[in-house]
Amino acid sequence: MLTATDLVLQGRLASVSADFNPGEVTAICGPNGAGKSSLLACLAGLLKPDSGTVALDGAALSSLSGVTRAQAIGFLPQSPEVAWDVTVETLVGLGRLPWRDRDTAAIASALTAMELGALRHRPISQLSGGERARALMARVLAGQPRWLLADEPLANLDLAHQLALLAQLGAAAKGGAGVVLVLHDLAQAMNHADRVLVLDSGRVVADGPPEQALTAATISAVWGVPARWLGEPGARALVAG
Amino acid sequence: MWIDPFHPSVPNAAIILGELRLPRALLAVIVGAGLGGAGAAMQGYLRNPLADPGLFGIAPGAALGAVLSLWTGYAASPYLLPLFALIGAGGAMALLSLIAGRTGGVALFTLAGMMIASLAGALMSLAISLAPTPFALSEIVTWLMGALTDRGWREVWIAAPLTLAGLALLALAGRGLDALTLGEAAARSLGLEPRRLQALLIGGVGLTVGAGVAVAGIIGFVGLIVPHLVRPLTDRRPSSLLLPSALAGALLLLIADCLCRVLPTASELRLGIALSLLGAPFFLALLLRMRREVV
Repeated sequence: MLTATDLVLQGRLASVSADFNPGEVTAICGPNGAGKSSLLACLAGLLKPDSGTVALDGAALSSLSGVTRAQAIGFLPQSPEVAWDVTVETLVGLGRLPWRDRDTAAIASALTAMELGALRHRPISQLSGGERARALMARVLAGQPRWLLADEPLANLDLAHQLALLAQLGAAAKGGAGVVLVLHDLAQAMNHADRVLVLDSGRVVADGPPEQALTAATISAVWGVPARWLGEPGARALVAG
Repeated sequence: MWIDPFHPSVPNAAIILGELRLPRALLAVIVGAGLGGAGAAMQGYLRNPLADPGLFGIAPGAALGAVLSLWTGYAASPYLLPLFALIGAGGAMALLSLIAGRTGGVALFTLAGMMIASLAGALMSLAISLAPTPFALSEIVTWLMGALTDRGWREVWIAAPLTLAGLALLALAGRGLDALTLGEAAARSLGLEPRRLQALLIGGVGLTVGAGVAVAGIIGFVGLIVPHLVRPLTDRRPSSLLLPSALAGALLLLIADCLCRVLPTASELRLGIALSLLGAPFFLALLLRMRREVV
C-alpha cells in the first residue's frame, strides 16, 4: 500500500490524501497545472512535500534509503531524456541499477514485454519516438518494481502501442504490482484504469471507479468542457460539447 | 635521441634513462590517466560531451596556487610549488562543496565551478600583471603552458598516489553516473544519492586534476578529447568509459610528450601547447559533426 497523507506543496498540492492499492491500475487525471505530476513525484519519493507524508507499507518513504525505495518503486518521468547514445539493451539494463546486477532474464523479459526484441542492439538515436518511449518503459519494467509510477506513459505512442502498454500495465497489476499513471486521455483512463483520481488545483475532487469518478458532471466542472460518454463500459468514447 | 643502455659509448646512459626518461614517461602516464578519467567522469556527470575537467574550477584553482608560489618565490623550494598547487585545488574543491554541495543539483554545481574558474583566472592574470620581477613573470608564463620537462621521481611520488586515489573515487561514482544518463529525476528514482555522487566527483576530479596540474601545469584538451575517442569503442555508459578513458589519456600524453621531446624545434615544444594545437581542430571537427547530427 502506498499512502499519501495530507500532502501540501506550495502552489501545487493543497492537502492531498489518497491510498493506492497493489493489484490496481490507478489513473491520476486533471487539467494542466492540477498537480498531477507533483503528486506522482511525491509518491515516487522524488519531491519532498512541504508537509504531509507518503508511506510505503506503513514506512515513511523519506525514512527509506534511496536503493530500498528504488527497488520497490519504478518511476518513468514525463519527458525522459537519454544523455548518451546507448543501445536499447544497455538502456533497459540501467533499470537494474537499484539491484546492482545485470539480471539478463529480467532485462530480456522487459524487452519482450515492450516488443523490443528485434531492436535490442539498435542505438537510441535510431529509434522512432514510439520505440524510444517503449524502450524507456522497458527500462522501468527491468527493475521489476512492486510499484510502477509513470507520468503520461502514453504520450508519443500510436494507438496500437498505447493499448499494448496499457495491457502490459494491467497484467503487471494482476500480477500484484501497484500501477499509478498520470493520464491525459480521459477515455483511456475510463476504459483501462481500475480507479481514477481527479485532481483540480491541487485538490482531489473525485476518487473512485472510473464510471463514478469521471462523470459528465465532473468533467464539465473540472475541465470546463461539457461532455458525454458514448458506448459500453470498458469501451467508452468521450464526446465534447 | 635514442639511447641504448648497454652501449658502452654512451656515458651515463643508465642515469639518463633511470633519472630523466623513465620518471618523465611515468608522469605522462599518470597525468594522462588522471585527465582522461576525470574528463570521462565530468562528461558523464554533466551529461554533455563538451565538458572538460577545467570546468569545475579545480585546474584553474591549482594553477593559481602554483602561480602564487612562483610569484612569491616559494617555488624555489622543490616541494612547495606542487604543495601550493594542491592547496589551490583543495581550495577550489572546498568552495565548490560549500556553494553547491547542499542541494546536489547539477546546474548550480556547474555555475559554481565556472565562477571559481573565472575567479582563479582573474587572480592569475592579476598575479602576472603585478609580477615582482621579469624573471618571475617569465617563469609563471612558461609554467602555465604545461610541460613534463625536467621532472623527476619526486613528481612521480607526488602525483601517483593522489591520481590513483582520485581514479578510485571516480570508479565508485560510476554507477551514479550511469543512472544520470536518464536525467536527474529518473536517476534519483533509481536510488542515486545526488550529494554522495557530487562528493565523489569533487574528490575524484580534484585529486586527479589537482595532482596533474601540480606536477605538469595546465594541460588542456586531454580530458575533452580522450573520452570522445574512446566512447564509440564502449557501450557508451559513463561507467564503462572511465577505465578506457584513463588508459587512452595515458597513451595520448605519453605519445604527445615523446613527440615534444624529439621534434626538432629550436627549444623544446611545450606539451600544453602541442596538445592545444592538436585539440582545437579536433574540437572544431567535433562541433561540426554534432551540428550535422542535430540537423
